[in-house]
Amino acid sequence: MQKRSYFAGRMLPYALLAPQLLVTIVFFYVPAAQAVWQSFLLQDAFGISTEFVWFENYQLLFSDAAYYQAISVTAVFSVLVTVAALSISLLLAVQADKSLRGAGVYKTLLIWPYAVAPVVAGVLWLFMFQPSLGTLARGLRHFGVDWNPYLNSGDALSLVVLAAAWKQISYNFLFFLAGLQSIPKSLIEAAAIDGARPARRFWTIVFPLLSPTAFYLLTVNIVYVFFDTFGIIHAVTHGGPAGATTTLVYKVFNDGRAGGDLGGSAAQSVVLMAIVIALTAVQFRFIERKVNY
Amino acid sequence: MVSLKPILVGTVLLSATSFPALAQVELQWWHAMSGANGDRIVKIANDFNASQKDYKVVPSFKGSYADTMNAGIAAFRAGGAPHILQVFEVGTATMMAAKGAIKPVHELMKEAGEPFDAKAYLPAVTGYYSTAKGDMLSFPFNSSTAVMWVNRDALKKAGVDKIPATWPETFEAGAKLKAAGYDKCGVSTGWVTWVNVENFSAWHNQELSTKANGLDGFDTVLTFNKSAALVKHFENLVKYQKDKIYDYAGRTNEGEGRFTSGECPLFLTSSAFYGNVKANAKFDYTAAPMPYYPDVAGAPQNSIIGGASLWIMGGKPAAEYKGVAKFMTYLSSPAVQAWWSQETGYLPITPAAYEYSKKQGFFDKVPAAEVAIKEITNKAPTVNSRGLRLGNLALIRDVWAEEIEQALTGKKPVQAALDAAAERGNQMLRQFERTAK
Repeated sequence: MQKRSYFAGRMLPYALLAPQLLVTIVFFYVPAAQAVWQSFLLQDAFGISTEFVWFENYQLLFSDAAYYQAISVTAVFSVLVTVAALSISLLLAVQADKSLRGAGVYKTLLIWPYAVAPVVAGVLWLFMFQPSLGTLARGLRHFGVDWNPYLNSGDALSLVVLAAAWKQISYNFLFFLAGLQSIPKSLIEAAAIDGARPARRFWTIVFPLLSPTAFYLLTVNIVYVFFDTFGIIHAVTHGGPAGATTTLVYKVFNDGRAGGDLGGSAAQSVVLMAIVIALTAVQFRFIERKVNY
Repeated sequence: MVSLKPILVGTVLLSATSFPALAQVELQWWHAMSGANGDRIVKIANDFNASQKDYKVVPSFKGSYADTMNAGIAAFRAGGAPHILQVFEVGTATMMAAKGAIKPVHELMKEAGEPFDAKAYLPAVTGYYSTAKGDMLSFPFNSSTAVMWVNRDALKKAGVDKIPATWPETFEAGAKLKAAGYDKCGVSTGWVTWVNVENFSAWHNQELSTKANGLDGFDTVLTFNKSAALVKHFENLVKYQKDKIYDYAGRTNEGEGRFTSGECPLFLTSSAFYGNVKANAKFDYTAAPMPYYPDVAGAPQNSIIGGASLWIMGGKPAAEYKGVAKFMTYLSSPAVQAWWSQETGYLPITPAAYEYSKKQGFFDKVPAAEVAIKEITNKAPTVNSRGLRLGNLALIRDVWAEEIEQALTGKKPVQAALDAAAERGNQMLRQFERTAK
């Protein structure tokens, strides 16, 4: 039986929604609109001289070879980080879900990195892998690996991917673990009685029941990679070598902050916003169909 | 019931006693000096505050150079700029172009009636921060230049008895160092573009950009890719990168630890690296002038500076500017300058401060500290070695470094990479020129 409440007056629902709407407007719509407006301007850093230039910032952007390089770097980077962060955290969650001695300690430790700010995460990894000072880098060099993220683009990219994925694993882990714990034990036990081995039980029962969580995490991870990782890249590689780790969001950050090119940076952020909106729409349109709720 | 009376009385008394303090004019000084140098800034401010009682300089640390500049710009946009803002040299063109946002130092001093003579400062330093007419716009506070840091123990071990003075000798020493076990890195540089493009061009009297490297106008065009000496230098770097006689150490100073750890015995970077070397190097070290190519006519010329200057922000009342002007006079005094440069490795910015340190016998004790000032005053600056003023320089340096990295990894031939570096840089210069009208 359904129980419904009725409220008199029309103001109450609006009043209840108002705080959330206000936050969204102040922190999302207004800045987004400002970015769109700024992207049509050519302005010096101090905002003293301003010229309205229509789409010139966009024209410049799309005639810049470095921008296309940033797009392909972003594609590679986002796939690697998302795949690594999701698969490793799923593996860890499945292991932590087993009844282990001291599981609480593992869980706590696995959740910790989420509290680390992206820049700090970047600096931590840099400390370990800095070619001349990093302990792990010295180990690699000792074994004859010519580790040099300053010049080798593969090394640099793998370092930022590692740091970015590491940072996100905790968050994914938390959700996967909660998802796993909400799967009724009776289903798994029934399958076990029918003779299904652990691997089969995982792929035919656990994984499909986890799919809403996995889908949610996929979306969140993509948004994380596209928007939140510039701090890590800034701390570890500064987008180098030769642009090998310059992703779209890092370019927005660097051109606007270090370069003071606010118009160009705003145009980039508008394009980036469009890309992420499109990606999210595609995910909901095509991937969500395969999700069992 | 508790009476409010004592509290009220206390408040009145407090405000009465703090009244004289209110008459003191507070001057905000935003800076980017962390660690020991940050403490030195506080000491300078405290000493100044103790020397008089009308003004109080309040230093605040605002993060890295880029952070500090951005904080200043954001504060200006919001109407709350500090009085004094420390801006790194790559931000010079941006600050200059922001007429109305800044108060030129020469104007400030004249209006406040403070004695001020631009000629009392080292020309190689002030050239960077003055107009074409010689009017000083910002106060050169912490200037350094590029020098070669030398690990003497390593040279001895490799059988190199003389510190290399030219680039061919340097690469030769690198090869010997490699044979002696320094096979990861014989020679390297920090700040790859500042050392190998900007200072290289000045040191070899080569044109980097037209219009006196931008000092005479924002319509400057990059030409360094046409300098045969510079192209040859990069061809050498690419060649020696292959067997690690030279090894790339990043775009800024992140590779400097390779010198202090002993991995890389010859390292070109800022003279202000001195404090770090002194604290961390566990070997016999010294600094030497940057190497040069002896077949380039006129080399070595003079080197150019890096570091930062103090900009006075616009729109403050005259009474406050008077205090700022007094503080600038205090900062230029030989005793303060000599102390600051001896502690940090930054250049003394006036010949008087240089003499002061000399008289104290400082350079006899630390000869490495004198290399920078000798380089910068080596010859009277030419049109190619007065300094450079390029808009968007922070981004332009990134683009140059990107192209240099392409060349070093063999993805592009040297000439093609340098051409692309100049062309992409020119695009940014043209964009800056439009906003700087």
